[in-house]
Amino acid sequence: MLRAVSASSPLAPPRGARGLHRFANPGRFLRLAGRVLPWLTAAGLALSAVGLVWGLFFAPADWQQGDAVRIMYVHVPAAWLASAGYFALAIASAVALVWRHPLADLAAVEIAPVGAAFTAICLITGSLWGKPMWGAWWVWDARLTSVLVLFFLYLGHIALTRAFDSPERGYRAGAILALVGVVNLPIIKFSVDWWNTLHQPATISLFGAPTMYIGMLWPLLFTALGATLIFAALVLARLSAAVLERRIRALLAATARDYVAEEGHLA
Amino acid sequence: MKRKHRRLAILLACGLGLGSAAALTLLAFRDNLVFFVTPSDLAGRAKPGETLRLGGLVEKGSVVREVVDGQPGVRFRVSDGRASVEVSFIGVLPDLFREGQGVVTLGTLAPDGHFIAAEVLAKHDETYMPKEVVEALKKSGHWQPADGPAPPAATWNTLNVTKNGG
Repeated sequence: MLRAVSASSPLAPPRGARGLHRFANPGRFLRLAGRVLPWLTAAGLALSAVGLVWGLFFAPADWQQGDAVRIMYVHVPAAWLASAGYFALAIASAVALVWRHPLADLAAVEIAPVGAAFTAICLITGSLWGKPMWGAWWVWDARLTSVLVLFFLYLGHIALTRAFDSPERGYRAGAILALVGVVNLPIIKFSVDWWNTLHQPATISLFGAPTMYIGMLWPLLFTALGATLIFAALVLARLSAAVLERRIRALLAATARDYVAEEGHLA
Repeated sequence: MKRKHRRLAILLACGLGLGSAAALTLLAFRDNLVFFVTPSDLAGRAKPGETLRLGGLVEKGSVVREVVDGQPGVRFRVSDGRASVEVSFIGVLPDLFREGQGVVTLGTLAPDGHFIAAEVLAKHDETYMPKEVVEALKKSGHWQPADGPAPPAATWNTLNVTKNGG
């Protein structure tokens, strides 16, 4: 019976599968995720731990901000991942809408809560940092407001994907919302350059020297990379659970169908 | 055209349309999206009595502390390099307030042209350096913080300083 289910399952890879569609096979995805997940988790936790201990206890304090500057070892990675996570959400949504990749829908649904959590951490730590340094918990400048909009986009996506009786309709509505929201990403990034804001411009850029002392930069890079791996591990774990859940649902549905067909209960 | 190619084309077309719409909207509301105006913005168009936020650097040597009705008060000039405005404020300043620092003040323009602030926020810039590096830059004459922004990062972000000033 099991064999019959997997053959007729909608989760079976499409004919002529290639590229990303190799991972559309849930069994292959689960095996791969199971193998990668422990390493990803361990590396993420180790890098974060080293970066946090280094940043909180050994890195020099800022000449103006004193020890309050250490909030950045949490705030900056959370802020980077709030945006990067949304970018991942948008890519998953595009892959789901255009290529109908069966894992992309699930990936989008599982990325959103993790991204929302990191955005919340970014907003909370930013507020805690803003009060002693700027003199305000919150201001409505372009950077802070656009990140708050990002948080609401995540929450909207979480609500929308769960608002329909048929999951497929929820996935599609969520994907469209996620792609519309992408317009917010350049606004977040460039808000501090385009408009006068209270938030300072970027310290670390692709081109040009970072305007941060090297002894503070290293631990920041450690926590940033560690947080990225933790983000990835959380999404991968959630996605594995979602794939398993979908498989169990399909099995239960098929069992029910077989039961009805074999016994002819409703005949 | 395959169906997935058509879907991709539709997606890209929607993206282009949405992107242009967003860009035009932001351009149209450009003046409303700024958190504060600079002294040179103020010079041309502000009317006395209007409540607004004024931002810039605290001009070197302009800070005068005074006591007004038993409360700490301060007068200073906010400058953007081209124009400057006299600001008066009664209350507690943020810790980061100093000459050469960025500030954003909320208040109203008095008829005599000076700005009466009800709130002063400190705006720190994107540089982060330990005390030792600042001391070294001061000693070598490369930077006096009261003069304005820090020198290019490449001149100090890997500066070799010993912790105890040795």
